[in-house]
Amino acid sequence: MRFDDEPVPGYPLPILPGHTSPGRFERVLRAGGFAVTTELAPPDSADPEDVYKRARVFDGYVDAINATDGSGANCHMSSLAVCALLTRVGYAPIMQISCRDKNRIAIQGDILGGAAMGVCNMLCLTGDGVQAGDHPQAKPVFDLDCVSLLDIARTLRDDHHFQSGRKITYAPRVFFGAAENPSGLPHDWRALRLAKKVAAGAQFIQTQYCYDMALLKGFMDQVETLGLDGKMFILVGVGPLRSAKTAEWMRKNVPGMHVPDALIARLAGAKDQAREGREICIELIQEIREIRGIHGVHVMAYRQEETVAEIVDRSQVLQGRSPWYPGRDEAPLVSQRTA
Amino acid sequence: MYSVRLWSVRHARGLNSFYRVFEGVVTRIHPLFKALGYERIERPVAAIERTVKGVLFDCQMCGQCVLSSTGMSCPMNCPKTLRNGPCGGVRDNGHCEVKPEMRCVWVEAYRGSQRIPDGVAAMGKIQFAVDQRLKGRSSWLRVVRELNPEPAVKAAAGAK
Repeated sequence: MRFDDEPVPGYPLPILPGHTSPGRFERVLRAGGFAVTTELAPPDSADPEDVYKRARVFDGYVDAINATDGSGANCHMSSLAVCALLTRVGYAPIMQISCRDKNRIAIQGDILGGAAMGVCNMLCLTGDGVQAGDHPQAKPVFDLDCVSLLDIARTLRDDHHFQSGRKITYAPRVFFGAAENPSGLPHDWRALRLAKKVAAGAQFIQTQYCYDMALLKGFMDQVETLGLDGKMFILVGVGPLRSAKTAEWMRKNVPGMHVPDALIARLAGAKDQAREGREICIELIQEIREIRGIHGVHVMAYRQEETVAEIVDRSQVLQGRSPWYPGRDEAPLVSQRTA
Repeated sequence: MYSVRLWSVRHARGLNSFYRVFEGVVTRIHPLFKALGYERIERPVAAIERTVKGVLFDCQMCGQCVLSSTGMSCPMNCPKTLRNGPCGGVRDNGHCEVKPEMRCVWVEAYRGSQRIPDGVAAMGKIQFAVDQRLKGRSSWLRVVRELNPEPAVKAAAGAK
């Protein structure tokens, strides 16, 4: 879908009735589109071009780009800075906020700052423990958890004040999200946890990698039973597995990640395992699209970001739609000139 | 102690019932506490609370006890001090992502909650951000004061 009033890069869209942000991502979801998001790994560099290079590989295939906030507790460029760079040229970033590194004073400042820089979507996360990353000697903050963070974020936007009660003069127009892991323990409490996040202010959910469709369907049944469908948008996490060995490694070392044995066996039996991994990912996306109550996919392809375009294209979930990217609307003019 | 902590979750129902009775009794001693002065008794009571709950729950004295809503599994023992449920990193064996040798505080909390009447519903209640100033202070005295509000406090609570 395309909007008549699509903005000049960096300029906000008018906020439609029932919407909370001037962003394209919320528009796509509320208009009933099947949304595609992806993840940008912030560079270990101070060069803005490194950010733009990483964003460009997704051009035309994603509705929004998550900027991770020290993912895996490793040090990288800040998510706020990555998002600010992305909004400068018109991309729709999703700013990830982790509770690991900042207290409520810093986080509330970042929410206002991010919104002022044109960031329309923010994902409220607890964050990985510091032991997982390259600075295990660091002090974990965890002043808030993701639910109390959502509550504070929503208060900033809807009640126009800090947690202290002090008023703000212009509220951040932000679409807030949270994460969930349908494969995580305890299985039968995961949907109730989601309900808690929705009650605290989550409007969209991006999940951890889901390779086990039975677990995902069980989770979605619970979501429906709890009457949560319609109260938020769910984007299911998917990604290509590079090889059977990687899959084994991830299953063992990435806590909360489930890869069924059948998938690993299928990868191991393939001639070109990386290709088979992409095939599996495409099939999963197509299967996920058919599940009721799911509004999109979040394609995570760490260190193989260049595969996202192919995966999204071949899965045909965009149904001919070309999400906006810098230069999209100039493309026909260029081809006319060359013709 | 870790093994006692797990025992407490297994006996969540009994401990919860005991606490309900205890709370009722302590709440009635409010006039005495008031006469003695809450600030004066804060330190000795906190010391007793730290000892008792330390043994039973590995209590971290956050000063805002929510054990009844967490199946008698203290959420402050979670390395991320999560107060609203487990993170996404729980291991397949139900152990913690950060401390693999420890059972996930929230997997335990869910077990304990199922033993307490309305425990699972209580676990669904949103726990707002902790007030870090209360760390080290007695939760018991705070609860007694809240259950016996001064007229001025009552008015303030109403305004909130």
